[in-house]
Amino acid sequence: MAQPSQDVFAPWEDATEKPLIRFKNVTKRFGDFTAIDDLTLDIYAKEFFALLGPSGCGKTTLMRMLGGFEKPTTGAIELDGRDIVGVPPNKLAVNMMFQSYALFPHLSVYDNIAFGLKRGTMDKADIPGRVDEMLRLTRLQQFAKRKPHQISGGQRQRVALARSLAKAPKLLLLDEPLGALDKKLRQDTQFELMDIQEKTGTTFVIVTHDQEEAMTVASRVAVMDAGVIVQVATPDAIYETPNSTYVADFIGDVNLIEGYAAIKGNRAEITWAEGQPVITAKTDLKAGTKCTFAIRPEKVAITAEEPPENRANRVQGKVLDIAYLGNISTYHVELPDGKVIKAQTANDRRIARRSFTWEDPVWLSWTDTAGVVLTK
Amino acid sequence: MRRAFLILVPYIWLLVLFLAPFLIVLRISLSDPALAIPPYVPQLDAAEGVWPGIVNLVSQFDLENYAFLTGDDLYWKAYLSSLQIAVVSTFLTLLVGFPIAYGMARAPVEWRATLMMLVILPFWTSFLIRVYAWIGILGTEGYLNQLLLSVGVIDAPLAILNTNIAVYIGIVYTYLPFMVLPIYAALEKMDDSLLEAAEDLGCTRTSAFWLVTVPLSKTGIIAGCFLVFIPALGEFVIPSLLGGSDTLMIGKVLWEEFFSNRDWPVASTVAVILLLILIIPIILFQRNEQKQREMDG
Ligand SMILES: Nc1ncnc2c1ncn2[C@@H]1O[C@H](COP(=O)(O)OP(=O)(O)O)[C@@H](O)[C@H]1O
Ligand SMILES: [Mg+2]
Repeated sequence: MAQPSQDVFAPWEDATEKPLIRFKNVTKRFGDFTAIDDLTLDIYAKEFFALLGPSGCGKTTLMRMLGGFEKPTTGAIELDGRDIVGVPPNKLAVNMMFQSYALFPHLSVYDNIAFGLKRGTMDKADIPGRVDEMLRLTRLQQFAKRKPHQISGGQRQRVALARSLAKAPKLLLLDEPLGALDKKLRQDTQFELMDIQEKTGTTFVIVTHDQEEAMTVASRVAVMDAGVIVQVATPDAIYETPNSTYVADFIGDVNLIEGYAAIKGNRAEITWAEGQPVITAKTDLKAGTKCTFAIRPEKVAITAEEPPENRANRVQGKVLDIAYLGNISTYHVELPDGKVIKAQTANDRRIARRSFTWEDPVWLSWTDTAGVVLTK
Repeated sequence: MRRAFLILVPYIWLLVLFLAPFLIVLRISLSDPALAIPPYVPQLDAAEGVWPGIVNLVSQFDLENYAFLTGDDLYWKAYLSSLQIAVVSTFLTLLVGFPIAYGMARAPVEWRATLMMLVILPFWTSFLIRVYAWIGILGTEGYLNQLLLSVGVIDAPLAILNTNIAVYIGIVYTYLPFMVLPIYAALEKMDDSLLEAAEDLGCTRTSAFWLVTVPLSKTGIIAGCFLVFIPALGEFVIPSLLGGSDTLMIGKVLWEEFFSNRDWPVASTVAVILLLILIIPIILFQRNEQKQREMDG
């Protein structure tokens, strides 16, 4: 485990750091349906924390409890050391950017942003200055007088962001903020969000069902499934060392190979198919067990020539399908027993000079640290 | 061709159903009463030929009736009193109608159609019968007094029937759906997350209501008020049946001029002036609708 250093932002590795938000055994039921099931989670100040999961897994519910819109059925939620269960939204230093933006249609962009400030403790004379600052931050100066229905979707989204940031909340909740934007605009906005988060030093909790988005913006990602958090980790840890097949499968592309792991020291030897060599992989497992071996396609090398003997894992197959994605290509390689493994290579050469095509026999190989052995 | 037709239809509609009757009433208001059928002169004399006939007719018109109306303070008082009754009852209808519309818009979706039905249902029985029913309720021996007496809230029956209070009750009751429906339409469109956003930004429930709900239902409120105010101003049946002898409304005056005095020209003059008074709110109403369409569009 890496030591927390001065310049890497990782408060979650520092035992003395106090979390900004604490969920303690929080359960939320709607009737007899359990939306959040005994969830415990710490989020630290200045984090950009992403909640990732399929639709209906409870992300919005979790968020709404933080905003004061829902009460947990059991358990406690602390903000800055204070229990916030039952505190109404207008008494919390938390602001929310709604999934639908929820801009007031009868107010101009300026008045939308000023709305929260006018309800707060800010001196009347200081409000215009703060609104202008927010307009500048979100590059909306020339739209200040427009009504929400007179601006584009991307601009509306920025108004919603400006409005929720205006009161300088301790915590900003963003519920699928970019869902309505097209891909290009979404990517631009993601960087803009990160930039704004850095500039303002606000803690952001963002809900998304787009894994790329979570990976791009977040300091840590929580992957949720049916009301529970399956894994909380930094984006690279989630990607490189998922703790379960659910997480491995949810984030990015992955090959999952089921088998039985026999332990030899710090390695697992996975028997997975008749007549195929065992897969060796580094692992912390102590005893033999049923397992799933997970490996990302880009960690699988594909070659026409036989790879050197010292390569830990080598299998032969034939090219079944090629998905050309411009910068990369994904090869679907069928092994003799019918199993299909995906391998990805960067297209750093022109396509005409590619060394293999459909039906070609190829070798796949990977090192013993390229994949992970999962037992969940 | 088709476009021209589509544009023409509403104008023909307006011409046949509004302009033509209005011109007839206007023409009578410029005439003098007479013991004849119809009971006014001058009449178009076909013997003179069409054009000279019309010229001759128009030359006999005068504004005598309008001068008469301004001279007699009965009419002024009737107009003012109608205006007052219409304004007060519009306000009362709003007070009763808004909570109903609000409740309907907040009700679970599966209930809304039923609630809407309940609001519209009274229209399926005759308006006259429903107003008569109020006589049975509000009279000295009526159900309301019987109930209050038996509960012991009052010692002697209240005199409600044949007072302005009964007229207010009648108007509020009759025109309530006209208030409820446009407000409901405006509230129902409103996104609940707007109220949550307002609370999130520091509003209490109450201030969120005044700062978000009310402004967003403004066009519905305005539409409802006009839809009640405009017919209430010229209302005749309700003050006649529920009001007292001192309830002065221009609709009643109009009726008496027409049917008791058989003075069609004066009655027509009353009607024309009533219409002129109403044109202002009608134009304002149209503006409001126009604005709403722009907001939606
Ligand atoms: N007010 C509610 N009443 C009943 N069920 C609800 C309510 N809110 C959410 N749910 C249920 O809780 C589950 C989680 O919802 P939500 O948190 O909105 O999911 P997500 O945001 O991850 O898509 C869903 O199955 C949803 O139907
Ligand atoms: Mg959601």
